[in-house]
Amino acid sequence: MKINNATRRGFLKSTGLIAATLPFTQVKLAFAGDHPDINIAYISDSHLQHIKGTEFVRNWDRGLIRAIAETNLLDPQPDFIVYGGDLAQLGKKEELDHGAEMMAKLKAPVKYVLGEHDFYLDMGAYWEKLFGGKQYYSWDHKGVHFVVLNSILTYDKWINKWPSAAERMNQMAGLDNPNGSPFMIGDAQFAWLKQDLAKVAKDTPVVVFSHSPLQKIYKGWNFWTEEAEDIQAVLNQFSNVNVIYGHVHQIQYNRIGNINFHSVMATAWPWPYPESYAQAESHLPVLTVPMNRADPFHERDATGWQLIDVHTGRPTLSYNLYNNENRVVGPNDQGVPEDKQYASRATAPQKHY
Amino acid sequence: MNRKTIIGAVFALLATVLVGTQALGDTFTEKDVDRWMQQYKAVAAKGRTLWTSPALGTNGVACAQCHPNGANTHPETYPKYQKQLGKVVPIREMINWCIQNPLQGEPLALDDERMWAIEAYLQWERRGVKIEPGKH
Repeated sequence: MKINNATRRGFLKSTGLIAATLPFTQVKLAFAGDHPDINIAYISDSHLQHIKGTEFVRNWDRGLIRAIAETNLLDPQPDFIVYGGDLAQLGKKEELDHGAEMMAKLKAPVKYVLGEHDFYLDMGAYWEKLFGGKQYYSWDHKGVHFVVLNSILTYDKWINKWPSAAERMNQMAGLDNPNGSPFMIGDAQFAWLKQDLAKVAKDTPVVVFSHSPLQKIYKGWNFWTEEAEDIQAVLNQFSNVNVIYGHVHQIQYNRIGNINFHSVMATAWPWPYPESYAQAESHLPVLTVPMNRADPFHERDATGWQLIDVHTGRPTLSYNLYNNENRVVGPNDQGVPEDKQYASRATAPQKHY
Repeated sequence: MNRKTIIGAVFALLATVLVGTQALGDTFTEKDVDRWMQQYKAVAAKGRTLWTSPALGTNGVACAQCHPNGANTHPETYPKYQKQLGKVVPIREMINWCIQNPLQGEPLALDDERMWAIEAYLQWERRGVKIEPGKH
C-alpha cells in the first residue's frame, strides 16, 4: 500500500499494525510549516544477551526482531532509523555481532548511538568497528541539524579501578549498582559539541540523540548525565532544540528552557519509574504522564519502538506499545511536549508505587 | 524435711541458677537488638546477591535486570489476588513465576531458604512503606 500524502496521519495509517490499535482521533495532522516532514523510526535498548554458543536470551531477541519487522513495514520508509544504544547486554562480540546481523535487515539507513552495555567491555572498540567508527557525530538533513552524543562516558578513575574489562562491564551493567559511576560526555566531547553547534544558525531546528537523559532525574539508576546543566546551557541558545534519549526503558518527556526532552522505549524490558523506589528521592520530569504499569505475564508489554515525526522542528513521538494503549507525545500550541489524549481520557493514569 | 519442703528448695535453687546465668526472656539490651538486626541483614544481603546474580535461572538473566532495587514488586501488598493467576497468592508464587519465565529456571520450594532471603531483601527495599494487603 503506497501513499502519496506523507503527513504523519497518512504515514501511520499505512502501517496497519499501528493503525489497528491507534484510535483515529489520536493522530494529529502535521501542521503546515516551511520544513518538510522528517520521519524517523527509533529502536532502542534491546540488551541482546549471550548465553553460550549460538544461544541468546529468547525474550530480548524477540523484542528486536519484532521492532525490525514492523519498521520494515513502514511505507514510505522513514528518512532514517536511530538505534538508541544498548544493543548488547555485556558488550560481547557475540552480542554485538548478533545485533548487527539482525539490524542488517532494516531497509532504511541506521544512525547508531552508544549505550553503556555496548561500551564498557572494550571501551567501544568493537562497536565502532561494526557501526561506522564514530562515537559522536552530526549531520544536516532537510534543514534540521542532528547530533549524536556518546553520553555514557564516566570518570577515568572509575574506568581504571577494575581488575578486568569483564568486571568493569559487569559493574556498569547493574542499573542499581551502588558501585556504578555517573554518566557524562567528558571535556573533549563537550568542546566538540560547542564547536559543532557554533556553525549552526540559532533558529535552525536541532535534534540531539543521546543514550542517557541530558537532564538529572535519578542518579541511583543513572537516569542522569553529570554535565546536564552545562549541555543544556549550550543547547538553549537555539530557539528550537530537542533531545531524544534511551536508557530509561519508559516514556518520559519534559521541557527545560527551549529544550524539549523525549525518551524512547526499550525493545527488551520496561523499567519502573524511579518514584516507585521508596528509599530515594527522584525527579521525574513534571510534564510526564507515566505509561501504564507493565504486566509481566505479557512478555512484550511496556516495550516497543517509536516513530518520530519532525515537523516545524519539534518532534512528535508515536509510541508503538505492545499489549498496551499506544501513545502520541508531541508539541502543544506552545511547542511544549504533551499527550493530551492520554492525560484527559476517562481512565486515570495508573499509579506507580 | 517433708516432700513439700524438698520441692520448694529445688525450685528456689533452680530460680537462683537461672536468674544468675541468663536474662529473663522478656529482657534484652540494645546490643541484642543490633545483633538480631545484623542477622536479618545478613539474610537480606544473601537475597540481594541472589537478586542481582544469574544463579536462579538458566539464561543469565537476573531479577534486578527488570526490578532495580526490587522496585515494582510490592511485597507489602501480598498475599493478594493476582489477576493473571486468578487467585490469591503469596509473593513467593510471583518470585517463582519470574524464575520460571524471564529467568527460564526451575521454581524454588516455597520454604527454600533462598526464597526467604529474597523476601527479606525485597522487604528491606520497601521498609517504611505502609503495609497494604491485597492492594492492586
